[in-house]
Amino acid sequence: MAEVLPTSPPTALSNPLLTGEPKRFSVKSDLAHWGVLYGASGLFALICAVFLISIIVSSIPAWRHSGLSIIYGRVWSQASNSFGALPIIAGTLATTAIALFFAIPIGIGAALAIVHVLPDRLRIVLSSLVELLAAVPSVVYGLWGLLVLAPWFERTVEPDLARVTGSKFPFQAPPEGVSLLLAGCVLFIMVLPMIVALSRDAISVVPHDQFEGALSVGATKWQVVRKVVLPGARTGVVGAVTLATARALGETVAVAMVIGLNPLFPSSLFSTASTLASTIALQFQDATPLQVAALGALALILMAMTAIVNWFGRRLISASAFRAGAI
Amino acid sequence: MVQRVAARTLERRIRISKAMVALCGVALALALVPLFAILFTLVQKGLRWWNIDFFTQTPQFPSLLDPNQIGGISNAIVGSLVIDGVAALFAIPIGVVAGLFLAESTSRFARVLRTTAEIMTGLPSILLGIFAYQMIVIGFDEWGVKLPGIGFSAIAGSFAIGILMIPIIMKAAEAALRGVPATIREAGLALGARRGVIARRVVIPTALPGLVTAVLLAFSRAVGETAPILWVIGASTVVSWNPRKEMASMPLQIFQSATSPYLSLREEAWGIALLLVVIVLVINLGSRLFAAWLQKERR
Repeated sequence: MAEVLPTSPPTALSNPLLTGEPKRFSVKSDLAHWGVLYGASGLFALICAVFLISIIVSSIPAWRHSGLSIIYGRVWSQASNSFGALPIIAGTLATTAIALFFAIPIGIGAALAIVHVLPDRLRIVLSSLVELLAAVPSVVYGLWGLLVLAPWFERTVEPDLARVTGSKFPFQAPPEGVSLLLAGCVLFIMVLPMIVALSRDAISVVPHDQFEGALSVGATKWQVVRKVVLPGARTGVVGAVTLATARALGETVAVAMVIGLNPLFPSSLFSTASTLASTIALQFQDATPLQVAALGALALILMAMTAIVNWFGRRLISASAFRAGAI
Repeated sequence: MVQRVAARTLERRIRISKAMVALCGVALALALVPLFAILFTLVQKGLRWWNIDFFTQTPQFPSLLDPNQIGGISNAIVGSLVIDGVAALFAIPIGVVAGLFLAESTSRFARVLRTTAEIMTGLPSILLGIFAYQMIVIGFDEWGVKLPGIGFSAIAGSFAIGILMIPIIMKAAEAALRGVPATIREAGLALGARRGVIARRVVIPTALPGLVTAVLLAFSRAVGETAPILWVIGASTVVSWNPRKEMASMPLQIFQSATSPYLSLREEAWGIALLLVVIVLVINLGSRLFAAWLQKERR
């Protein structure tokens, strides 16, 4: 999230237009300029097109082999060339759901605290701290999840949860450490900065006079937040959550390290599972050409899911920015 | 009457409000716990690996006699430099020029391209790994089009990382270039300058702080990316500067060490992770500070 930096106009003396050679400024066609601009943009567009085609082409043999049962089939086995991704899709959705379950209340609460509770100076410090959290590479989250969180989950968190809930679904033992729950929690930590930063932006553009107006008619701070701030920021906050969803669906390395890669339907929060991205990451290297194609099909499914969710989220965010600008 | 009702509920409303505000504060505290926990573990477990050998030696396979004798990671440091350097070499010009296009053009193509860039930044980077594998490692051979592959190499990694960087640079560069006041541009046009000259000598210099931030932020993201290079750069335990050769890289090394059965390698992963996080945070903070400084210098 790079800010737009305010720019000051250069003074007359430093204006490069006034110091160059006069003949350079003769009116000629702008063709070369647009040529370069269209060249670079066209190159990027071409790369994107080839990218899409390459993923589709790489998956064709798998669709020929298994047809649409890749999407609804229930058995994913490299050994018997059986490619049914339903358990993997279920794992992807489950980890994302766990992550959002924690990230939505904590993220929005933290954003509210940053904008409406903290004094100005602290606000800037904490905002940058949250952005630092977003800059940490995902493999480091994976490392921390695997070597620090996993043993803690295995020894403490999961046995305790099982005891408290009486080992009922979805908390059946045995605790394994590396599990669906752990993957969801690591994802939660990873998408949290995104939700905090984007909802903070949405919350802070709700006009301050509305806030003060509500206070002046006797509403308490929480009533103002609930009745004025959150409705005003709703589009932006929903957009933030949507973008975080896309991120969680596609996160690869960190999840691959802590989920245990088990291509079966997760039966409990403590059982190992698999996600689309982590399956691609861990099985690609040793795959036969047909298996590569099947992983290409997973990639296509993942691409469609994340692209749609992402596009939707971007639209919400820009709609909310537009509304804030229009007021 | 109204006042009496209000007075009766006032205390309850204030209590609820205070409780909810406190809960928001708790949420913020909870959000910061992982940051400090991760940084603490990184420093506690990583710093003791930082010695001369760690930075200058190549890795050794942990032997039975002395499992702690595992060498250093100079190959991964050089590998990251080469892979990300080559990626930046082609991603920065394309990204900045395409960003200029987004900022200057109002055509339909520009709108489509902007949406494409936004979707590309949100796609899982593992997809680019497959792309690089198909195009660079094994080559493309379909419908009569034949591109020979060059095998596992740093270039394949650079290809994936560069494509990852382009849309990030594009979007941030567009924002920076749009910040240039239209009046300056128009003054240039009024003096009879060509658009190319205005772009090169007025718009880009004015937007330079923003552009530098854009490029550095994209670079700091690229340095930590593991997924796109998982299976395209091969593996190497020697220091190599040749981008056509197989290579190691820091994020990939963390992934491999962390999931290896050797305790000493798993512990060493903390040392590499600390180095990676320090690099990323320095670039990240440095770019912001540099932009702020440049901005101040010009006033």
